[in-house]
Amino acid sequence: MRRSAFRRSRGDGPFRFVSTGAGVILLAVMAAIGVFLIIKAIPALQANTAHFLTELTWSPNATEPAFGIGSLAFGTVLSSFLALIIATPVAVGVALFISHYAPRRLASLLGYVVDLLAAVPSVVYGLWGVTFLVPFMLGPSKFLNTYFGWIPIFGGDQVVGKSMLTASLVLAIMILPIIAAISREVFLQAPKIQEEAALALGATRWEMIRMAVLPFGRPGVISAAMLGLGRAMGETIAVALIFPATFNISFRILSANGNSIAANIANGFGEATEVGRGALIASGLVLFVITLLVNMAARLVIARRKEYARAAA
Amino acid sequence: MAKQIEVSDLDAYYGSHKAIAGVTMTIEPRAVTAFIGPSGCGKSTFLRTLNRMHEVIPGARVEGKVRLEDEDLYGPNVDPVSVRRTIGMVFQRPNPFPTMSIFDNVAAGLRLNGRFSRSELNGIVEESLKGANLWNEVKDRLGKPGAGLSGGQQQRLCIARAIAVRPQVLLMDEPCSALDPISTLAIEDLISRLKLDYTIVIVTHNMQQAARVSDKTAFFNLAAQGQPGMLVEMDETSKIFTNPAKKATEDYITGRFG
Ligand SMILES: Nc1ncnc2c1ncn2[C@@H]1O[C@H](COP(=O)(O)OP(=O)(O)OP(=O)(O)O)[C@@H](O)[C@H]1O
Ligand SMILES: [Mg+2]
Repeated sequence: MRRSAFRRSRGDGPFRFVSTGAGVILLAVMAAIGVFLIIKAIPALQANTAHFLTELTWSPNATEPAFGIGSLAFGTVLSSFLALIIATPVAVGVALFISHYAPRRLASLLGYVVDLLAAVPSVVYGLWGVTFLVPFMLGPSKFLNTYFGWIPIFGGDQVVGKSMLTASLVLAIMILPIIAAISREVFLQAPKIQEEAALALGATRWEMIRMAVLPFGRPGVISAAMLGLGRAMGETIAVALIFPATFNISFRILSANGNSIAANIANGFGEATEVGRGALIASGLVLFVITLLVNMAARLVIARRKEYARAAA
Repeated sequence: MAKQIEVSDLDAYYGSHKAIAGVTMTIEPRAVTAFIGPSGCGKSTFLRTLNRMHEVIPGARVEGKVRLEDEDLYGPNVDPVSVRRTIGMVFQRPNPFPTMSIFDNVAAGLRLNGRFSRSELNGIVEESLKGANLWNEVKDRLGKPGAGLSGGQQQRLCIARAIAVRPQVLLMDEPCSALDPISTLAIEDLISRLKLDYTIVIVTHNMQQAARVSDKTAFFNLAAQGQPGMLVEMDETSKIFTNPAKKATEDYITGRFG
């Protein structure tokens, strides 16, 4: 039989085998982990005397275990979103400065510093937060409370250093470098021909950025922000050191409120009973679901901009 | 509207690399001037020095004088941004803003320049698209992305965008090199009409195109490999193509090199 001129090239077979195998194994391991965690969580959820999704308090180690994810999920989402709102504009500004404003030498130095900061372990930020930021924030927090207390989130009678605001700030500082680093990469890839089109029309540098760089970079910035949000939500040590570990729902970010799923796990796993551990694992699964939802939402936002992204290519 | 450009003894550098040296020429208003010459001889570089686009490349700089009528474009108090608003540019590759609609692409320069009412904008956008010979093809989809047009339409959109701000000079760097013969003819027609109002400079590798559309032709060449580019001669297009003064020009246009 004549050999076809279109036969599969030889390297393809083994490569396909290896890559498919790796993919299957990865999925199997993840499924196994998920099943293991769910099996651990079920007995605790059955022993729970409160409603897991709505209960605010957390006492799974009592003889009558009663615990719920309510306040923890709230604290996780609030602190992460505050961090995101604080970090993203600053990160985008830093990224634009590096990609389009700074002279070349300064830009590469700054880029290096940002990459370095993105690699700092979170516990370092946590320790810095506790030793420096917690006492430092007392002054600004009192100021906000006194003069902007009429805005509900700055209201309240007692103002403390270990507050939701301080924790969110530490998270913001922690996720800022990663958002800045990714945004800078995206901004650097903005097509030169469109930048020149804007400049040739008589755009100033900022106008050029608004016309040719930001629209191009938006999906990338959203992805970077979501990556940062995911990090903030999963962050354990940095916030475990700072959150006052209360179990209530309050928007007063200057008062002693705040906790998160990850911080609660870090603080509680050591002394937990069998049921207590199951309860913490269940909370971890909730965190996983929240992160998943956030990621899906981000993908939707990016997909909605696809038409433009495709047009830009 | 149209103004004359006078260049004297102009050098352009990329870092320490001297790309063009000692160019002196006068570009007439309400006429088309074509730049021809072998690849790498500095036509694009020189064109970009005329509206101060050269210096947006890091390390690039210019020495010498460029005057638009009485104004020194490289004078100490001249804002390059306002120079670019006065001297428009069309690039080799069509570069509409992909995230903007056709309408917004044409209006982009106007919105930079100042406040226009919606009806003023509508009027100028329509007029510019008509001027660029594109109106009939896009009038029913002004809200659609500019990147959804064909290459030739995109290039005419870029021309519409450039003339919407009523520049005094229009610089075009090989505007037809990515286009088919029909789109090319459409743009050549357009150039012949635009020269009634504008000073036009066009870089082209197409000798027939230079002969068809231009009134004056400037031939650039490298003195030698590794040397900066320079202006060999500039004259009436008919003279350059029938009876050039320099041997190098004749060799080039008859295809003996380059
Ligand atoms: N961005 C740049 N950085 C450094 N050198 C450059 C840059 N652009 C052009 N040059 C150099 O300047 C010289 C002139 O280039 P230019 O693009 O002006 O030539 P050209 O005549 O337009 O060529 P072509 O007909 O191929 O477009 C070349 O030696 C080129 O290598
Ligand atoms: Mg060129």
